[in-house]
Amino acid sequence: MFSNIARYVLLFLCIAVIAGKRAESKTHHDPVYGDALVVGTIGEPSVLIPMLATDSASHDVAGLIFSGLIKYDTDLSIIGDLASSWDISPDGLTITFHLRKDAFWEDGTPCTAHDVLYGFKTITDPSTPTAYAEEFKQVLRAEAVDDYTFRVTYRERYAPALTSWGNMAVLPRHVFEGTLLQTSPLVRKPMGNGPFRFKEWIPGDRLVLGASPSYFLGRPYLDAYICRFIPDPATLFLELRSGTIDFMALTPLQYARQTATDFFQKNFNKYTYPSFSYTYLAFNFLHPWFQDKRVRQAIAHAIDKKEIVEGVLLGLGEIATGPYVPHTWPYNPDVPQYTFDQQRAAALLDAAGWHQIDTDGVRIKDGARFEFTILTNMGNSLRMNTATIIQWRLAQIGIKVKIRVIEWSTLINEFIDKKRFEALLLGWSIGVDPDQYDIWHSSKVRNKELNFISYNNPEVDRLLEAGRRTFDIDERKRIYGTFQSILAEDVPYIFLYVPYALPIVHRRFHNIHPSPIGITYNLYRWYVPRDMQRYRLSP
Amino acid sequence: MLLYCLKRFIGMIPVFFGVTLLSFVIIQLAPGKPTDRLTELNPRITPEARARLEQYYGLDKPIIVQYGRWLSRIVRFDFGVSFSSDARPVIDKIWDRSVPFFDRRLTITFLINTLSLFLILAVAIPIGVLAAYRPYSLTDRITSVAVFIGFAAPKFWVALLLMMVFSVQLGWLPISGIKSLNYAMLTEPGQFFDRIRHLVLPVFVSACGGIAGMSRYMRSSMREALSHDYITTARAKGLSETAVLYRHALRNALLPLVTLLGLSVPGFFAGSVIFETIFGIPGMGQLSYQAIMMRDYPVIMGLLCITALLTMIGNLLADICYAYIDPRIRVK
Amino acid sequence: MMERNTFYAFVKRLWRNKLAATGLCIVMLLCAIAAGAPIIAPYNCNAIDVKSILLPPSFQHICGTDELGRDVFSRMVYGSRISLAVGFVAVGISTILGTLIGAIAGYFGKWIDSFLMRCVDTMLCIPDIFLILTVIAFVGENVFNIMVVIGFTSWMGVARLVRAEFLTLKEREFVLAARAAGAGDARIIFIHILPNALGPVFVSAVLGVASAVLVESALSFLGLGVQPPDPSWGNILMQGKDNIETAWWLSVFPGCAILLTVLGYNMLGEGLQDILQPRLKNTR
Repeated sequence: MFSNIARYVLLFLCIAVIAGKRAESKTHHDPVYGDALVVGTIGEPSVLIPMLATDSASHDVAGLIFSGLIKYDTDLSIIGDLASSWDISPDGLTITFHLRKDAFWEDGTPCTAHDVLYGFKTITDPSTPTAYAEEFKQVLRAEAVDDYTFRVTYRERYAPALTSWGNMAVLPRHVFEGTLLQTSPLVRKPMGNGPFRFKEWIPGDRLVLGASPSYFLGRPYLDAYICRFIPDPATLFLELRSGTIDFMALTPLQYARQTATDFFQKNFNKYTYPSFSYTYLAFNFLHPWFQDKRVRQAIAHAIDKKEIVEGVLLGLGEIATGPYVPHTWPYNPDVPQYTFDQQRAAALLDAAGWHQIDTDGVRIKDGARFEFTILTNMGNSLRMNTATIIQWRLAQIGIKVKIRVIEWSTLINEFIDKKRFEALLLGWSIGVDPDQYDIWHSSKVRNKELNFISYNNPEVDRLLEAGRRTFDIDERKRIYGTFQSILAEDVPYIFLYVPYALPIVHRRFHNIHPSPIGITYNLYRWYVPRDMQRYRLSP
Repeated sequence: MLLYCLKRFIGMIPVFFGVTLLSFVIIQLAPGKPTDRLTELNPRITPEARARLEQYYGLDKPIIVQYGRWLSRIVRFDFGVSFSSDARPVIDKIWDRSVPFFDRRLTITFLINTLSLFLILAVAIPIGVLAAYRPYSLTDRITSVAVFIGFAAPKFWVALLLMMVFSVQLGWLPISGIKSLNYAMLTEPGQFFDRIRHLVLPVFVSACGGIAGMSRYMRSSMREALSHDYITTARAKGLSETAVLYRHALRNALLPLVTLLGLSVPGFFAGSVIFETIFGIPGMGQLSYQAIMMRDYPVIMGLLCITALLTMIGNLLADICYAYIDPRIRVK
Repeated sequence: MMERNTFYAFVKRLWRNKLAATGLCIVMLLCAIAAGAPIIAPYNCNAIDVKSILLPPSFQHICGTDELGRDVFSRMVYGSRISLAVGFVAVGISTILGTLIGAIAGYFGKWIDSFLMRCVDTMLCIPDIFLILTVIAFVGENVFNIMVVIGFTSWMGVARLVRAEFLTLKEREFVLAARAAGAGDARIIFIHILPNALGPVFVSAVLGVASAVLVESALSFLGLGVQPPDPSWGNILMQGKDNIETAWWLSVFPGCAILLTVLGYNMLGEGLQDILQPRLKNTR
C-alpha cells in the first residue's frame, strides 16, 4: 500500500461496523501468562526504527517496540500513551505534554521528555533519511521543560498537530546520542519502550519479539510475538492451513472460499472491518491526454466499480467515492457519481477529439492511438485483478490498456518519483485526521513528494490550507465536504474501493475485542488459557 | 598432476575477468547511477555529500579506471552497501557473521544444493545403469517415463503438490522455513533432526530435475561404455556380469559425468531462486530474487560474483577429479 | 544436402521409433491447437464475468473458470500459442547464435577459438535465471522480451556442440578438397561443413524448446511472465497455486498441458538422437 511514505502509515486504522465473530469462548478464564503469537506475512521489515521505516511491515513490528506520546482509542479519539495528559494553549499554538513516570527503556533507564526532544531533533535533522519530517517542520520550538514535561509551539494553527506525536519521534537518547542513527546497528535490533522487546531476527525467515516485563501498561500476557516471513502467498496459506501460523491477513478469496471449511470454523476466528484505506486509479497530469477532464470522466464512466467490488473483493469491501472512508466524519456521500455507462463514456471521448477509430477498434486522435499503461505493485493479486477488469472494460470503449506489475521499491524509485507513468493503480492508507495536504496540494509536486500526479487546482489548495488551520469539526466537515465534491467532479483519481481488512486468528487467543481501529490495538492483553498453550520458547 | 592443476587454475582467470566485466557492464547499462538511490533516499543531501559518494564509487573517473577500482574492491569481497532501506553491506547479507554458521544464506543454499547433488547421484546412477544394461526392457521403459515426467513437470508445481500431500494432509513434514519455532528448546540431536525435516522437501524438489537429466545422461554414457570392445573381451574372459558392469563399464561411464557435475553448479543456483521462494528458505536464491526485483545493484553484483566464483571452483574440482581418475588427461 | 528419398527414409525411421513418433504427435497436436485456436476456443479468452468466478468444470466450461470468471479451456487453447512462440523464437535465436559462434570458433581455431570459448565459459558460470530476471526486470516484461532474453542466455550448449563437430569435420577430406579448389572460408563453413554438423544441433534445438517452455512457466511463477490479459499456461498455473485446495482445475489442466508439451519435445528430441547419431552421447 502506498501508505509507506507519509504519516498516513502512522496507524492502520479502521472504522464503522464490525462483522465477524467475537473471540470470547463460552467459558471464562482468568488471563494467564505464556504462549506465543505466530504471525505470517509476505513482506519482511527492513528497519525497526519508526522514523526510518518506509514500509508497513516495518511499522507493524516497530509499533510493538516503540510507544509514542499519544495513540488512538477504540472509538478513534486520541488518548495518551507515554503522555498521561496534555494541555493546549487557548490560541491553539502550544501543546504541553505531561509524561507518565513509569515508562522505561529496555535497559531500565526512565523514558523522559529528553528522549522525545531527542527524537524530535533527529527527525528534523536534514541528515536523517526520514520521510516523516514534514509535519514536524511545522513546529517553531520544542523543549523539555523538565524530565516529564514536553512542550511544542507551532508557527501557525495546525489541526493534525496532536496526531503527529505517535511513536515516530521518540528515541532512547542515552543510546543514540553521539551516533549516526542510520548506520547504527540498533536500527535492526532496537531498544524500545513498548510492550514487546526485540529478541532475534533471522533475515528471510523470522523475527522474534519477547514480552517486556517493564511495559508501563503491564507485561503482555503472551511471552512472544513471532513474525514469520513467507514470500509466497500460497505457501503462507498452507502454513495457516496446517496450523503453524496463528494470525495473518486473508485475501477475499481466502476469506470467502478457502477458509469456509470445518477445519477453519473449528480452529480459527475470522474478523472483517473496513480498513482505513482506499484503492484508486490515478492519472498523470503531465500527460497531455489526461489533462482533458472529459477523458478522465469518460474512463470513470467506463469502469463498473460494483463489478470490481463483487468480482475482486467478493463483496468484502465498499465502493469508494472520494479520499475518505465511508462512515467516518469527513466523508461526504453527496458527491457527483459516475455510473457505469459506456455510451456516456464514448460520447465524452468523441467530444474530447477521440472520435476516429482504428481497424482494431482503438480510438485515434491526431494520429496517436489511445494506448496507455497502468502500473501497479507486485504481490497484490487484488490490484492485479482490478487492473485486468479495467483493461477489459476500457477495451470496450476503444482504449487499449497495458498492465505492468513492478516491485514496490522499484515502482517508487524508478517510476513514481521520476513521474515516468501514465496511470497508477495503488492504494492509500489514511489517518484519522482528514488533512490530505501532502497528496493534493499543488506545492507538493517535487521529487519524493506525494502529489506525484501533479494535480493542480487552486480551489483545492485553498480548501486544504483552510482545513488544516481550523479546529472546529463542523467547519472542517464543510471544508472537506467541498473538497470531495471538487475531486469527484475533477476526477484526478478514480476512487475504486475501500477493502475490508480480513484478519484470521487462532481460536486459542482470548481477549480480542474488535473495534473500529482493528484488533491488534490491545495485543498486550491477548492471552491463551493454560491448557491451550502451544509454544514455550524461553526456558 | 600439480602442473595440470596450475594450468587449469590459470585458465580460470580469464573467465573470472569475463564474469566481472559482464557484471560491470550490467551496472553500467542499468538505468541511473549507482549513487542515485542513495542520494534520492535523502532529498536534502548536500552537493558535497553527493560528490563524496560519487567519488567513493569512482564515478568521476574514466570508465576503465572505474572498472579497475571496482574490481579491486570485488576481490576483497567488498561489494558496497545494499540499496534497500536497511543499507547493510552486501557481504553481510550473504555471509552474516552475527548469526550461527548454519543460518547464513550462503551456507543454507550451499547445503541444500550439495545434499541434492548427492541425492541426484545416488538415484540417477543406478537408474541409468539399470536402464542401459537392458535397453528397451520394461524397467528401462518405466524409468524412462518416470524420468521424462520428472523433467517435464514445473518445479514449483511439484513443490506445491508435495507440500499439500506431505505437510498439509499427512502432516509429516514442515511446510516452509529452515527450523522450527521451538528450535532453541530442542536438544542437540533434536535440533539436527529438526533441520533435516525442513530440508527434505526442498532437497527433493531441487534434485527432481537433476535426477531426470543425469539418469538420461548416465544411460547413454553407460550404453556407450557397454558397446566397447573391452567389455566384450571382459565377458569373453568369463568375468562375472557384476564385475563387467561395475568394474569395467561403470568406471568408464562415470568419467564424463564428473565434468557434467562441474558444469551443473549454476543450474543449481538457478533452481534455488524458485524453490527458496516457494519454501520460504532464507538462502541466496531468495536474496537474489528480492535484489533483482528491487534493482538492488550492489547485491545483484555480489551474488553474481560469488555464484560465478563457486561455479569456477566447482569446474576446477571436477577437472582435477577427472584428471585424477583418467591419467590420459594429464598427459595431454 | 538431404535428398528426397533419404528424407523419406528419415521420416520412415522416425515413424518407426516409438519415442520420436509419440513426441512428434504431441508436438503436432499442439501446433494444430495453436493454429486453430479461434475455432477451438468456445469463448473469448479474455471475457471477464464476475458472476461466474472459479466455477468447477462443467458442460459450459469444460475446464472450469478462473478468478475473474474467464473460461480456462479457452485460455489454455490460446496459451498454447504463447508456449509455442516462446519455444520456437527463443530456440531460434539461441540456435542461430550458438551455431555461428561455435562454427567460427571451431573453424578458425587459435586465439579466436580460445576467446570465444572463454566467453562461453563465462556465460556458463552465471545461472541463466539470474540473467533472464535481471534483463526482464530492466527492459520490462512482455512476451517478446521474454523470448529474446531466453534465446540470448541459452546458446552456449549449441556453440560447444557445433565447435566440437567443426573441430573433427574441418580435417576431413571433403573439406580439404574444397579448400584446395579455392573455396573461401564462408563457403566452406556454410556450404561444406555446417550441413554435416546440423544433426546434433537439431536434436539440441528440440530439447531446447522443452526447457524454454519450462522457463516461461517459472517466470510466470515469479510474476515476470506474460502480462495480462494474455493467457499463458504459466499464469493460469499461478492462479491455481493460490487456490490449490478450492480450485484444483486451475492447477491440474495447465500443469498437465505443460507436462505433456515438455514431454513431447523431450521424446521427440531423444528419438531424433537415436535416429540421427545412434552412438552419440546425450548432449544435455
